[in-house]
Amino acid sequence: MTHVIELEGVAKRYGGADAPALGPVDLCVAQGEALAVTGPSGSGKSTLLNLVAGLDRPSEGTVTVAGQRVDRMGEHALARFRRERIGMVFQFFNLLDDLTVADNIRLPAQLTGTARRAAASRAGELMEVLGIQKHARAYPGRLSGGERQRVAVARALVNKPALLLADEPTGALDTASGQDVRELLVDLHRGGQTVVLVTHDLELARACATRTIHLVDGHVAVDTHAEAVR
Amino acid sequence: MIRFGSGALGRVVRSGVGRRRVQTLVIAVATMMAVASAVVAGSLMVATNAPFDHAFARQHGAHLTASFDPGRVSAAQLAGTRDLEGVTASAGPFPATTIKPVGRDGGHLPALTLVGRSGPGKDVDALDLKSGRWARKSGEIVLAASFSGQFLELGSTLMSSDAADARTLTVVGFALSAGGSAEMWATPDEVRSLASGDGGLTSQMLYRFDSAATKSQIAADRKRLGAALPSGALVGTQSWLDTKRAADQGAAATIPFLFAFGVLGIVMSVIIVGSVISGAVGTSLRRIGILKAVGFTPREVVRAYVAQALIPAAAGIALGVVLGNLLAVPLLNDTESVYGTVSLSVAWWVDVVVPAGALLVVAVAALVPALRAGRLRTVEAIAVGRAPRTTRGQWAHRAAGRLPLPRPVTYGLASPFAHPVRAIAMVLAVAFGTVAATFAVGLTQSLDAVANAQDPENRADVTVVSGGPSGSGPGTVEKRQKPPPGGSRQAPAGAGPNQGQASADPAAVRAAIAAQPGTASYYGTATGDATVSGISGTVRATLYQGDSRPGGYEMIAGHWISGRGQVVVPTGFLERTGTRIGDSVRVTFQKETVSLRIVGEAFDTSDDGMRVHADLDSFAKAEPGVFHVEVKSGVSAADYAQKLAGVVKPLGGDAFAESAPEGENMIVLLEAMAALLTLMLVSVAGLGVLNSVVLDTRERVHDLGVCKALGMSPRQTVSLVLASVAGIGVVGGLIGVPAGFALHGYVLPVMGRSAGTGLPPSVLDVYDTSQLVLLGLAGVLVAVLGAMAPAGWAAKVRTATALRTE
Repeated sequence: MTHVIELEGVAKRYGGADAPALGPVDLCVAQGEALAVTGPSGSGKSTLLNLVAGLDRPSEGTVTVAGQRVDRMGEHALARFRRERIGMVFQFFNLLDDLTVADNIRLPAQLTGTARRAAASRAGELMEVLGIQKHARAYPGRLSGGERQRVAVARALVNKPALLLADEPTGALDTASGQDVRELLVDLHRGGQTVVLVTHDLELARACATRTIHLVDGHVAVDTHAEAVR
Repeated sequence: MIRFGSGALGRVVRSGVGRRRVQTLVIAVATMMAVASAVVAGSLMVATNAPFDHAFARQHGAHLTASFDPGRVSAAQLAGTRDLEGVTASAGPFPATTIKPVGRDGGHLPALTLVGRSGPGKDVDALDLKSGRWARKSGEIVLAASFSGQFLELGSTLMSSDAADARTLTVVGFALSAGGSAEMWATPDEVRSLASGDGGLTSQMLYRFDSAATKSQIAADRKRLGAALPSGALVGTQSWLDTKRAADQGAAATIPFLFAFGVLGIVMSVIIVGSVISGAVGTSLRRIGILKAVGFTPREVVRAYVAQALIPAAAGIALGVVLGNLLAVPLLNDTESVYGTVSLSVAWWVDVVVPAGALLVVAVAALVPALRAGRLRTVEAIAVGRAPRTTRGQWAHRAAGRLPLPRPVTYGLASPFAHPVRAIAMVLAVAFGTVAATFAVGLTQSLDAVANAQDPENRADVTVVSGGPSGSGPGTVEKRQKPPPGGSRQAPAGAGPNQGQASADPAAVRAAIAAQPGTASYYGTATGDATVSGISGTVRATLYQGDSRPGGYEMIAGHWISGRGQVVVPTGFLERTGTRIGDSVRVTFQKETVSLRIVGEAFDTSDDGMRVHADLDSFAKAEPGVFHVEVKSGVSAADYAQKLAGVVKPLGGDAFAESAPEGENMIVLLEAMAALLTLMLVSVAGLGVLNSVVLDTRERVHDLGVCKALGMSPRQTVSLVLASVAGIGVVGGLIGVPAGFALHGYVLPVMGRSAGTGLPPSVLDVYDTSQLVLLGLAGVLVAVLGAMAPAGWAAKVRTATALRTE
């Protein structure tokens, strides 16, 4: 089985704290798997996601994503790694308010140097699939929360990443919009997309994930995959 | 600060200052540079404001310097003149004489007025002892400060004359008399002793009158003085109005230049301080909302934020005053030597008005956004930073997105449109910096052109002296230095190499030059005093023989002399005589009078513009005294001169190679001042950009984090931030270069008019297209340099940290 994510002895300490915010943690995620990371606030969920995305560096251990040692990469290589291998969806969307929906979606493709026409074509496909094509020329501030998160998902997928990371993707949405996004993630996973989902919402974890790990105080307290193996 | 000291408000202010260290530092540094610039600019503007009048008032200068014959009037009678009607103060009588000292190398100084005084004086003509000390004993002299320099320094010795029994005089000090009462001072006994040899002793009295503002008032004062003393006792007077006119004409040329830089410095300071402070307060709206939410009243919020801006600004202002004073000292020293005035210092009120004005600008700049913030409803203020931003600038992003450039660049290019006021402040900062740079470059080139245009005869490779009967004589080869404005400096003449020799036959010398291998071209000149009908006194005339174009002056209008019957004159001559090109003037040179047609206006500022340049053949009896030779390419001028000297010396002439002309003091000083002032203004512009980009980058750090999370590399992040100011740099350059060009075009002619001359195209048209393009790019460079630090910070900031930033 090919692993998209491999964490070995990964720990993260902030500042001069003795106790790590995360770890040490060992974790492997297979290609095509949908992993939900749950846990209370401060348990290390977002830290884990940031380490996998290369947004932060571990204090100890190794982080390998899509066969590349993320923890050893320089900033330039990390940037290239993120735009080519990772798609990210955030709780508060993190769309750029001064760009139109279409420009927001195209942006990661343009950062990789994709030709303008090709980037527009790929963004058009995604907007059609996600049902937001009518908002292509609108600005994010004018959209509903659910629509904005769809835009964020489209932007995350524009470079066909090996891994989709979602940090509380329904946390800022009303129930209907949350349901909408949940279905979207399920569809993506069914389509073969490897997904790591950080959430408080156990219902979302159950609906979208094939595997769940539960973090408590930076350590993996429950791993449904390990239990299944046992 | 007592009101903000220990309470909650004090803690808010202190934490606000401490939390944003970079911004606090930028406010302090930008304010410091702006205030330093304003202090320097203000000091220079004060210094340029009637420098002679200030120096004269400070020294209680003499309205009338009178010379009396001691054989006709007693010292007691002279002392009694202080009680005459209208006399408010007097000094003297001082023994005075005129001597013509000789340097150790045999060079002659011009005839100098030597006055015997026991000290620098107090009530009238209180001399400013610039260096050294006063003369205490026989053999010691104090010289006018304008002589201080490479030829004469403290400890230098001069001979009192070229007589065999001449006395040795040691320079023990340099002093300055604003009213120009003398050029040399010694003890009274020494003057009497020196005068006895020549028999030229006079008594000098210095007077101040209650009414001496006009020529007629001075004339009335003089008349009263003459009437009160025995007939024939008063042998000569010198009015302070004449000294003032000469001093003002010299100093006036620099005033427009210094005024232009002064205005630029002050305007830029106000713009930068205003934008820095208002930007800093404007970015704190959310924190202000939180303060209001926890119970601070709007008035407390306003006070807190005004104080928060005032603390670093006050530190910057204090440092700026110190820095400004430190920088102003050498510039004022330069100005002092340019003007030839007494010691200049930063006016006390500049040190009060500039910081007070800066504090006012800071307070107003902070108050406006703070009041706006204080009036904001709490929820609105808190929402700032969380809610989607306004729609300002979205059109720019749409437009920029279509440009065929990398996306980070187009994203950056559109960014300034989100904050138009801040962008305008940045554009103005860059534009003013570019104006200063453009003006300084043009000014430097113009001054170089002025230097090159002076003394064109010095351009010759070799000078050959024949002496001859033209009246020029060997003395015409003296290597004279131009006198400083208002002064009368002359270096001890190194004297021509043949000084004291018999004159050679010009025709024989000319033949020797023509026969000498290596001669490319040559022309002869005769120099002497001439009279011109309608003008009292004499004018200096230079007559040219042969193809004199290589030694011709730069022409303001018309053309250089091309044949007999033609004369070229400077602007001053045209103005004094009321003539124009095409008019004829009658010139008498060595008792030969001819009518000459004015064919050109020359750029020649020597002798106050009272000169004529004519063809030697116009005067039948005139003969050249000097020949100026161009040698062929590849021929050593020194070798040529040596060989030619071997031929002409037996004839009574001599030949020597010209050394490269030295830069004129005033021009070198003006260029140095322009360079320093430009550097300061460009630095202030860069700091203005730095501050704005710091604010902008901090505000957009979350967006930058998003971009980095999406895969924007550090290099792309840097290019985004730099692109955000590149457009501003281009616009600033597009405004600044034409404005600097126009400023140069306006100031230079004003400088010329102040100096009593028009300016030739070579001085005015100094810019070429490629230079203007480069200066335009300098605007981009200033903007990019100002943005480098925040761009680096944006590239380095951790993505996760940036994403957490609200």
